[in-house]
Amino acid sequence: MRREPPQTLGDYAPLLFPAAMLTIFFVVPFGTMIAVSFFQRQQGGFYTPAFVFDNYARFLSAFFGGVLGFSLLLAITVAICCVVLALPFTYMLTRMGRKVQVLWLVALLSILSLSEVIIGFAWSTLFSRTAGITNILVALGVMSEAKALTPSFGAVLTGMVYQAFPYTVLVLFPALVRLDPTLTEAARTLGASPLKAFFTVVVPALRNTITATLIMVFIFALGSYLLPQLLGRPQHWTLSVLITDQAIYQSNMPFAAAMAVFLVLVTLGLVALTVIAGRKGEAA
Amino acid sequence: MTSIFRKAYFFLIGLFLALPLIVVAGVSVNAKQTLAFPPQSFSLSWYGEIFFNPEWRSALFASVTLALLSAALAVAIALPLAWFLWRRIAPWANIFQVLGVAPFTLPPVITALGMLTFWATVGFYGQPWTAVVSHAIFFVTLPLVTLSLGFTSIDRSLVEAASTMGADERTIFRTVVLPLILPYIVSGYAFAFVLSLNEYIVAYMTVGFTMETLPIKIFNALRYGYTPTMASVTVLFVTTAAVIFGLVARFGDLPKLLGAMSSDGK
Repeated sequence: MRREPPQTLGDYAPLLFPAAMLTIFFVVPFGTMIAVSFFQRQQGGFYTPAFVFDNYARFLSAFFGGVLGFSLLLAITVAICCVVLALPFTYMLTRMGRKVQVLWLVALLSILSLSEVIIGFAWSTLFSRTAGITNILVALGVMSEAKALTPSFGAVLTGMVYQAFPYTVLVLFPALVRLDPTLTEAARTLGASPLKAFFTVVVPALRNTITATLIMVFIFALGSYLLPQLLGRPQHWTLSVLITDQAIYQSNMPFAAAMAVFLVLVTLGLVALTVIAGRKGEAA
Repeated sequence: MTSIFRKAYFFLIGLFLALPLIVVAGVSVNAKQTLAFPPQSFSLSWYGEIFFNPEWRSALFASVTLALLSAALAVAIALPLAWFLWRRIAPWANIFQVLGVAPFTLPPVITALGMLTFWATVGFYGQPWTAVVSHAIFFVTLPLVTLSLGFTSIDRSLVEAASTMGADERTIFRTVVLPLILPYIVSGYAFAFVLSLNEYIVAYMTVGFTMETLPIKIFNALRYGYTPTMASVTVLFVTTAAVIFGLVARFGDLPKLLGAMSSDGK
């Protein structure tokens, strides 16, 4: 049966339920959030309908600028670390046997599905003084006594790379599977070492994929809402943490909503960039 | 790349991924209530705690119920939508595809906050069913993506043949399309189920003050210090995810589901 345009009104029936659900429970909540971002905050956690820019004006403070700058910097660092680690890994994975591939994919998916609560807890345990990795180093004689490695910037970064690494591999996976193996074979036949073939053939051929992946991992890392809180100090809090904090603990919904709208705009801008990078990739 | 280098690299990545989980598994069998690794004495009592301690048990029950229902609702939203987009030429309907993918692409805190303001405005804030709807919308992307992939892999001539032989739309769907798409429905459901089980922020912002799911319970417990039950729940979660994804891999084509061959079907 060929695809055909809907002829009768009845042909639209299957669309009814999904369209209604997505509109009522995604578009409307999204709109509500945008509306609330212009509302006036009252004392005691309430807010009244209004149209004020006060919540957005707070962005101009030095504190907010600091948080924003830190969030972006952290997300960029996570994205770069993940792509650098995941690119050779995924490349080699796609050249392995199917069984090994499936095994790794199951492991990566399992870790990717883990709650941030659980990842945060697991790393805070690994970085703790009594059960942590430093105990092993003491046993090996590298360190004189065990100490806690958290809270610190390194702990936040490690936790976030851990969380985003499986995601990076899964984003890179389809592009690398489709990469023409004759490309590297040709380079190898012409005498390039495997490492040289990887850097001079695979990496340039995937330039646009790498750019798109960097942006996607960046967005993913920007969404991390608990790890900076669980593994870092208050100065390591990101925009996502701040939004949660304002909404739940400070009961300042309008300000939280304004920050969320801002985060959406940043994300959408980046998604647009990814699409453009992807288009260029197809054209090349 | 040389084989030794590859093995070493895979070993290090594997170690990085496994290390926190190994330590957590270690502390989960510690007999005493202290956080210590390597475990000082062996005990499985903290696993019993998940099922026998009323607080943890009710959190487990809440999480599993939420995941079962929200994954079902997500599939119920995704299936007709994916089918319509495959069967009909209606470019404007692609807007719903975008809407279905959006909640998952945006930072989760945004969906969570949107849901919080919405449920608070309409007055249902804190009702358990609001979490089911919120999770279904948040995770609808997963069945939508697997089902879209599944539909593109259906050979249209099969459907054409059924139609020529006089089968009507309903019969074709039931006897030809549904059997072909079933593995994708199952894997879409499985993905949504596992992620819903683990989800924290959306659940917390919708029902966090009235009920506790397991991730919420762990987070709340974490703020007051450490109990070994957190470790045993973590191990339970990792095992559940590995078993479910293992089953998806066993009965489906995991590399294909993850996009390895998605260009073939078109």
